[in-house]
Amino acid sequence: MRIHCLLAGMLAATLPCSAPAQQDTLRGIERYRQLLQDGNPAELYEARGEELWKRERGPKNASLERCDLGLGPGIVKGAYVRLPRYFADTDRVQDLESRLVTCMVTLQGFTTEEAKRNPFSGTGVPMLTTDPFSGVGQRSAMTDLVAWIASESRGMTIAPPMSHPKERLAYQAGENLFYYRAGPYDFGCVTCHGEEGKRIRLQNLPKMTNAKDAQRAFGTWPGYRVSEGELRSMQWRMWECIRQMRFPELEFASDASIALITYLAKKAEGGTLDAPAIKR
Amino acid sequence: MADPMRIRANMTGDKVEVKVLMSHEMETGLRKDAQGKVIPAHFIRNVTVTHAGKTVLSAQWGTSVSRNPFLHFRFKGGKPGDKVTISWADNQGEKRTDEAVIAGG
Repeated sequence: MRIHCLLAGMLAATLPCSAPAQQDTLRGIERYRQLLQDGNPAELYEARGEELWKRERGPKNASLERCDLGLGPGIVKGAYVRLPRYFADTDRVQDLESRLVTCMVTLQGFTTEEAKRNPFSGTGVPMLTTDPFSGVGQRSAMTDLVAWIASESRGMTIAPPMSHPKERLAYQAGENLFYYRAGPYDFGCVTCHGEEGKRIRLQNLPKMTNAKDAQRAFGTWPGYRVSEGELRSMQWRMWECIRQMRFPELEFASDASIALITYLAKKAEGGTLDAPAIKR
Repeated sequence: MADPMRIRANMTGDKVEVKVLMSHEMETGLRKDAQGKVIPAHFIRNVTVTHAGKTVLSAQWGTSVSRNPFLHFRFKGGKPGDKVTISWADNQGEKRTDEAVIAGG
């Protein structure tokens, strides 16, 4: 069906690909995802993350059990779907990962640099300036923690608070970044995520201004990437999109990354968190 | 020491359905790191599943099995409350054994 459809496309570029063929492809991808779901290795990361949360680490030899993720010290259940949010102690809007950096610094006594080192597990595409990946076969404490904390919100409704002025400011900054086009390709997030029914190879590209698309996209991160054999977080998703657009490197846990995540979280409001999911 | 396996064992009809998720790199020995050095092969070679002192599954694996392997199979003769023991051994001499209790259908 698909080959037929591609041929038709080659013969006459204006001829639209037949709708049933596209439906078959989509169903096929959906079935592939369902087959994978049963043995999602994200479970392994979740188990390690839970153990890490309770383990005494760092110069202060303390656990993260008193870390405030927004619902009060130590409350993990439901915290992920109510992030990013404004935190009075740091006077800034934070997503899960930047908040974990804060907790690692204040509770466990790590330096900010240590807490931010290697936020992504395994390997990625080599970068020009820094390498945020932990290396071949190496774990990332940040990735493991994210997996577990997100799993504690599975099935809950995405509901980022938007009451504080700084939260609204982050949303606006995120919206501006989403529509900002630049770089050697004159690309922006909106180039791929501003139209309905777009694909890169077999991957459907969610239109982020469309609530249903945004809910599905946001609600399935973090996710286990089969092709990379690693669990990937929301910060990684932003970092990787920015890299693919050939923008300057997105700094981990930076205000820009948090603004983008705040914008997407708000767009996905009302959706159900189905993460950590499994992806191609 | 390798991370524990995640094992689920349930009765489905008269058979026991077992799902195992193992934490392993399953490195093929063909990849190179950023410095161009070959990453040494590291993969699970033997998997054995026993139930009531009897081997119900024995497998020899190689480098074509994915990272963090997922194993799903059924066997006859088990009943709720029985133990299923799963062991693997890799090419670098690492081993891991975990067990699970069969849950009712």
